[in-house]
Parts: sequence; C-alpha cells; structure tokens
Amino acid sequence: MSAIPGSRWEAVIGLEVHAQLLTKSKMFCSCRADYLGLPPNSNTCPVCLGLPGALPVINEEGVRLTLLTALALNCEIPEFTKFDRKNYFYPDLPKGYQISQYDLPLSRDGWLKFEAEGREVQAGITRVHLEEDTGTLHHAGEIQNSAFSLVDLNRAGVPLMEIVGEPDLRTPAEARAYLAALRQLLIYIGVNDGNMEEGSLRCDANISLRPVGAEALGVKVEIKNMNSFRSVLRALDYELGRQRVVLDEGGKLIQETRGWSELEQRTVSQRSKEEAQEYRYFPEPDLPPLLISRAQVEEVRARLPELPTARRVRFQSQYGLADEQALLLTARPADSQYFEGVVALGVSPQLAANWQLGDLQGLCNAANLPIEKCLVSPSALAELLQLVEGQRVTAKVAKEVLARSFESGESPAEMVRREGRGQVSDVAEITAMVDQVLVQSAKAASDYQAGNDRALGALVGAVMAMSKGRADQKIVNQLLRERLPRPGD
Amino acid sequence: MTLLEESIRELSRRLRDREVSAVQLAQEALARAEELDPALGAFLRLTPELALDAAAAADRRLQEDPDGCSILCGIPVAYKDVVCTKGVETTAASRILRGFVPPYSATVVDRLSALGVVALGKLNCDEFAMGSSNENSAYQVTRNPWDPERVAGGSSGGSAVAVAARLACVTLGSDTGGSIRLPASFSGVVGVKPTYGRVSRYGLIAFASSLDQIGPLSKTVEDAALVLTAIAGQDPRDSTSVQAPVDGFLNELRNGVRGLHLGIPREYLEVGLDAGVRAVFEQSVRTLEGLGAVVEEVSLPTTEYALSAYYVIAPAEASSNLARMDGVRFGPGFTDAVTLQEAYERARHEGFGDEVRRRVTLGTYALSSGYYDAYYLRAQKVRTLVAQDFDRAFAQVDAIISPVAPTAAFRLGERTADPMAMYATDVLTLPANLAGIAGVSVPAGFADGLPVGLQVLGPYLGEAVCLRVAQSLETEAGVWNKLPPLALSSQ
Repeated sequence: MSAIPGSRWEAVIGLEVHAQLLTKSKMFCSCRADYLGLPPNSNTCPVCLGLPGALPVINEEGVRLTLLTALALNCEIPEFTKFDRKNYFYPDLPKGYQISQYDLPLSRDGWLKFEAEGREVQAGITRVHLEEDTGTLHHAGEIQNSAFSLVDLNRAGVPLMEIVGEPDLRTPAEARAYLAALRQLLIYIGVNDGNMEEGSLRCDANISLRPVGAEALGVKVEIKNMNSFRSVLRALDYELGRQRVVLDEGGKLIQETRGWSELEQRTVSQRSKEEAQEYRYFPEPDLPPLLISRAQVEEVRARLPELPTARRVRFQSQYGLADEQALLLTARPADSQYFEGVVALGVSPQLAANWQLGDLQGLCNAANLPIEKCLVSPSALAELLQLVEGQRVTAKVAKEVLARSFESGESPAEMVRREGRGQVSDVAEITAMVDQVLVQSAKAASDYQAGNDRALGALVGAVMAMSKGRADQKIVNQLLRERLPRPGD
Repeated sequence: MTLLEESIRELSRRLRDREVSAVQLAQEALARAEELDPALGAFLRLTPELALDAAAAADRRLQEDPDGCSILCGIPVAYKDVVCTKGVETTAASRILRGFVPPYSATVVDRLSALGVVALGKLNCDEFAMGSSNENSAYQVTRNPWDPERVAGGSSGGSAVAVAARLACVTLGSDTGGSIRLPASFSGVVGVKPTYGRVSRYGLIAFASSLDQIGPLSKTVEDAALVLTAIAGQDPRDSTSVQAPVDGFLNELRNGVRGLHLGIPREYLEVGLDAGVRAVFEQSVRTLEGLGAVVEEVSLPTTEYALSAYYVIAPAEASSNLARMDGVRFGPGFTDAVTLQEAYERARHEGFGDEVRRRVTLGTYALSSGYYDAYYLRAQKVRTLVAQDFDRAFAQVDAIISPVAPTAAFRLGERTADPMAMYATDVLTLPANLAGIAGVSVPAGFADGLPVGLQVLGPYLGEAVCLRVAQSLETEAGVWNKLPPLALSSQ
C-alpha cells in the first residue's frame, strides 16, 4: 500500500520505454543507424524511403541486441516470433505502416529489480519487442499553424526496441528510479546510449488511480512527450494531482492520451479512446517468421556482461568497498572500467576508489567531462598512486600534480620525477628544516608548549612549506613533538 | 516473317554467327512496336535509346567473347510496368505513380541486364496488377491480338500481347491470382507462375506480398525455361526468396511425360466451363495420354472457398502495400490542401482507379478490429486447407492439369460492371497462388478462333515437371507458332 499522502488514492504506473539500438545499420536496410548530424534525407535508400517495390531484410544484430536486453530483464524467449505491420498514415512513416511486433514478440514476462526511496522494488516486464523508428518532421513554427512541414527520413528504419513494463510502479519517484535502472542496464549491456534529450531513449507512461486496497484498475491515461528524468517525474506528479482532484470532486476520468508540455508544466489532452487509432495489425508478409533456436539464445546469453547490481555486490566483496563507493563506481560501465584499470596495476582498491571518486571525479565534474574522456588514463593515475603508496610522494604534491596532469595530459609520475617533487623522508634533512622553523616561529613553539594544540599545525605547515610539500608529514610531526616536550607528554 | 518469330535459341545462334546484330534485332522489334502497338496497346512506353545502347553493348560482348555470352545476350525483352527499372518511369499503370522514376532496378531486371538482354520498354497492365482483363489501366486498354474487340486478359495483358504479336521475344509479368497464366491463355503464349519464393520480388511493386511472383511469358516453353533459369534463385534483398537449384528447368525439359501421373481436379471441371474450353482441355488430355502419361482424377475439395479467401487476403495485403502511395514522396502531391487529411484523400482519390479503391476498401475492412477474425484470419485458415488439398493431390500425382480459365478471351466491357463475374475469371488459377506452388499456362488449341491454354500445376518448387508436361503438349499441339492477325506487319 502506498497511498498518495493525505488521500485515499493509490497511483498505478507503468512505463513504455523505446530505445534505439546501437547497431551499425538500420533495422531493415544497410543505411547507417547513427543518423545524427547528417544532411536531411541523405541517410536513406529505397527500403527506408518506402519506395514501391523495395523489401525489408532483418538486421540480425538488431535481433541479438533485443535478445540480450530480454535476457538481462529475465524475460522468456519463445522459439517462434514474427514481425507485423502496424498500419497508419503519417508523413514521417514512409511505407504507411511500421514494421513492429504484435501478438508474438521476441520476449515476454521478465522483471527488473531496482532501489527506490531506500528499498528494493521488483517491477514486471510485460514484453520486449523490436520495431523500426519513424522519420522526423520539421514544422515551420508550431505544428498547428505552420505553413509547411519538412520530412527527414534519416531516422526512418533505425532499430527501435520497445520495453513494456507492468503497471507495478506506485509513485512518480519509483517510476523515475525504474527508468534510471533500466537506462543504466541498457547502457551496461551496450544496446543503447541512454540519451533522452536526443531521443535515443524515450519514455511514455500509463497512470491511473484507484482506492487504496482496491484490486481493480482505474481509468488510465497515457502520457507522452517526456524527454528527461525530470519531465517524467513532473509529468507524473502533475497527472497524479490532476486525476486526484477529478476523483475527489466525484468526477469521472476518461481514457485518453495526454502530452506533457514542458513550457506549461502540465499535461494536455491529445486524443481520447474514441479517437484511438485503428492499426489493422497483420503479419508482415515480406518477412518470414523468426525462429529463435535455444543455441542462439545461449550464444546471446554468453555475450551478457556483468550487470550493475552484480557488479556492485562484487565491488563490495572483492575490493572491500563501502556501499556508497561501490554504487558510485558502478554507475556506468566506464566508471567501473576506469577503477578496475587502476586496481589491475597493483594499486590498493581503497586508495584507487578514494582518488577516483574524490580528486579525479571532482576535476571531471568541474570540466564537465566523463572520466573515460579525461586526459589522465587509469595507468597514469595508477603510477601516481603507487608513488603515494610507496611514500615517495606526499598526498599534497600528488593532488597538485594530478590537477595539472588533468589539464596537460602529461604523466603525473613523470612530472614528480622531472620536477624533483619526491617525498623527503631523510630524518637529518627534515630535522634541519624543523630547527630552522623553531627559530623563525619561536612564538608558535612556546604557544604549543603552553598548551595551544593548534600552534603545532602552524609549525607543521611551516615545515611543509619550507620543503615545498615534499617532507614526510609523519616525521615532521614526530620531530616537532620531540623538540617541544610538554609536561603531559 | 519477322526475326521476332524465332525462338531464343535460334536467335542467339544467329547473333553469335553474326547473321544479324543485336542492334538490328532491336531496331526490328522497335519498328514493329511503332507500327503494330497503337492498335494493341501493349506498351506504356518504349525506351528506344536505352534499347539501342544495350543492343550495341550486347553486340560488343557477342563479338569479344561469343562463347562466354549468355544465350540471352542481345535478346529483346520488355517488362510489365510493376517491375522497377532504374531511370525509366514505372507507374504500375496508375495515375498515382505518374512520373515516378525509380532510382533502382528490380533484381530480375539487374540479373537479365547483366546477361545482356535488350529491354525495349514497359508494358501495360491492370493498375497495380489488380484485374483480369487489363481494362483497369489508368492509361490505356490492351487489346487481344486475335480479336481487338476482346480483352487481353490480366493483369499482365501487355506482357502477353507483346509476345503474341511478336513485339518482344520474351517479357516478364507478375502473377498474384493468375495474372501471368490468364493473359497467356487468352493471347496464346506460354506463361510461368513460379513457386512462391523462386524469383526475387525485390523491385516488384507489390499487390499482395504473400501471393505475388514474377515470371516469364514467351512463345515457347523452352524460352520460358531459359528466362526462368536466369531470374530464379535466392536474393539476399528478398527474405521470402528460397535457396534451391534452378538447373532442372532446362535439363528435364525434354524428358517427356511417359509414366508421369497427371491429376485432373474434379472440382475444376465443375466451374461452368465453356464448351470450347472443355473441348480443348479434353483434346489435351488425350494428347498427353497418347504420349504415355497416366491421367487420373484428384480432388481439391476446398476449391469453392479459395476464391473468397483470395479476395480477402489479397485486398488486405494490398490495402497495406498501397499505403505508401500517399502523395508525399512521389506521385501528384497536393500542396494546396488545407489539412494533411485532405492532401491524403485527394492524392489517393484522384490517384487510384475504381478497382484499386474497391480493393483497398475491402482490405482495410477485412483487417479492422472486430472483423479481423471473421475475415482475414478465417481466410488464412482456408488458405492452409487449400495448400493441404494440393499436398494430398501431389502425394498421388506428379502434376495437375486443368483449363486456365472457364472461358477464352471475353469481350471488352463484358465484365467491367460486375466485379464478381470478373473475379470468377481467376477461379482456376488463384488456388496455386494461395498454396505457393508452381504453375504454367501453355497454348493448347483454339475455341472459336481464340487461343485456349492448358494449366499445368506442380508441387512446391516443381517448375521442372510443369515445364516438361507443357513442353510435351506444345510439341504435339503445334499451335505455338500460329500468328494472331494483329501481329501481321504491312512491311
């Protein structure tokens, strides 16, 4: 039970996620699947233009990536599947139908586990199926009053996977967490780039309310046009509130499709059930049914990489990392790869984690750069951290060198060597500096001996400054204490 | 006497022996078309420049490497206008595709071009291959060369007439419910509907994707076998094309029919056959028996439901296939329309003819929710039963023989007002499309001066046996070389 606070209603939410697949070519022809940035209609051929007489040919990698996703989502994969035609007229749909899957999808009945609001949630996956993307329209101004619309078919035919979730989500926050976990999974298994702004990952939501404790579902509304996590959260929050007001006032909701208006921060009715499209699905006669052998399923299963949850658990047990660190280091495959690249070179996992998540991530965030694109390679960081571990460079110097290396790409360890910034651990050398400081800072020395602990910090700082940060701080501390005995010592 | 009366084998010999050049042959074909076609209406457009260029190229190949050339090198051919030809307008005989110049060629065209054939132009047909009389073209009627007041048969009427009138040596048509075999019978030429998947459909403007097949129309069975061998075979661009050997068509052609078991479907003789058609069929049966074939009765009990099933499935697929004709990318656009809906409606209302609109409407209805199970799904079940009928029959016999249609060519306008009468023309041909099996129509005789064909049906991938039976009958019937009146040149 998760009543909407202060009400007797419970929200029931299910998401439909469309993900463009990271194949080389389109789903049914050999045009590029990566269409972004190309001149309009340049990435087309008779097949994706829908020219008379052209025929589709199945991109097998598209099928494999969908199967990979289905396995990652614990779906069943039937042996017999087929493509169907979904018929409707629109200028971005060149054939007048979309090749999709209707009653026999590539997979069904799976689940996804994720954390939301501090607890683990398992949501059902109804099905994962494969279809083709449409082209794009560019209107002169707003669609309602534009003088003309331009059709660009560069995107038409790009492999599109539809992941239909069960209505198992109960709050907008849960829906957001589900979407985040799904997105992370898709990126992990390399089937989608997770870019919601550019539309390679899209999300529609179905939401209805019912009295807390009721089994039957209420009247559902489908929400479209949400192109960020934030808009999913806001659109669902808005819609939940709207429906609640209608129901609390004794009104009736209608089954309809509503669009999220980013500008107005509200949902707007697009079409009701009565106006719903009649898609006239029927089996695609240009493509023979797909028979998925068990051997093929196992072949794909073997390609399944370690998934986010498993990796997080392993990072905790294998590297002894805290939960929070393991979570951050497994956020994206690139984060994990970077970390394991550093550790593989012999750096202690805790040190590697601290530095990657601390200094390096801080530099990346400031530069708005993903870690895999930064100029400090895992091996460069490892070399530096080995100097730290071997007490051949102080943490202070290491931080400063790392920051400069982040800008220039020069090896930080090499910079330490070239600039002679190695740690000084020679007691005689440090003693000389300590004695000099005690002469220059006699007041601080007497303050400390008089009981002012903070004065010791100033003295240590002065020695470190004199050594340009190279002196072993432990030895400095130890020598100062020896030189300035206090009654209590 | 024109060179176009010769068989491919004889013409190829003459080309190799330099008795005639491919350019001369093309010039003769083009001249005949210029002279005779205005009365026939077989060609929608001739492409003389491209033809003469191709002929000149064929002559060079014949000179440089006569032994390495295909037997089809330099042979004049023509394509039904539903077959896409790169750089040559392809309209499917529809207004909605007026001005459509495909940027690519159908696989069959590519294959034949690679062998050096000389394409003369594009042939008339029923709009989007929908029709049995060739009266549904948006541009012109094709007339029967044996009697210009009669239909050529459809939908590949232009393809049949161009061969019958000796305007082209061989042509390609397409057969969805009998569209090659019917006009072949009406015009007195050979027509082959290959097994579904035998010939690539890539570049064939689809009518009903699960039924369409491209096939040759020719003067002789051997000519058809030669062309079929060239165009058949798997195509990576058509996922429904099948991998199967294609060498049997010619190798087994002259094996005769002695000992072959031929079945006559009882139900096919109960469809109201004209007396003349029945007489030709009975004569053909006696001829084949005389050659040693064992003729027996078979039963295809689902026959009476096949027509209804066909006229649900074919329009259903057509309604979807023709959706791309939306006036956006090709055909007449209506940029002055106020709404998108209006632009679509005008493009499709003004672009499609009555019969196409009728079938699109039928098909849309059959696929609509609430009707899908009662129409489309039930029709598919009938289709399975039809195929099972043939499976049982082919367990009993090697091939099936029957008339091609209940009548010979009928008069122009006779059935245009009665779609059901027109649809019934296909009653004996469309079951083979539903079952996906091979069929051949071969000239068998005349009824009241009009040609009548014999239909030979074979099992899946059974073209070779069909061609064998057809070849045997052709040799005995002796009608293949009879010229229709409208083939006579004044030159």
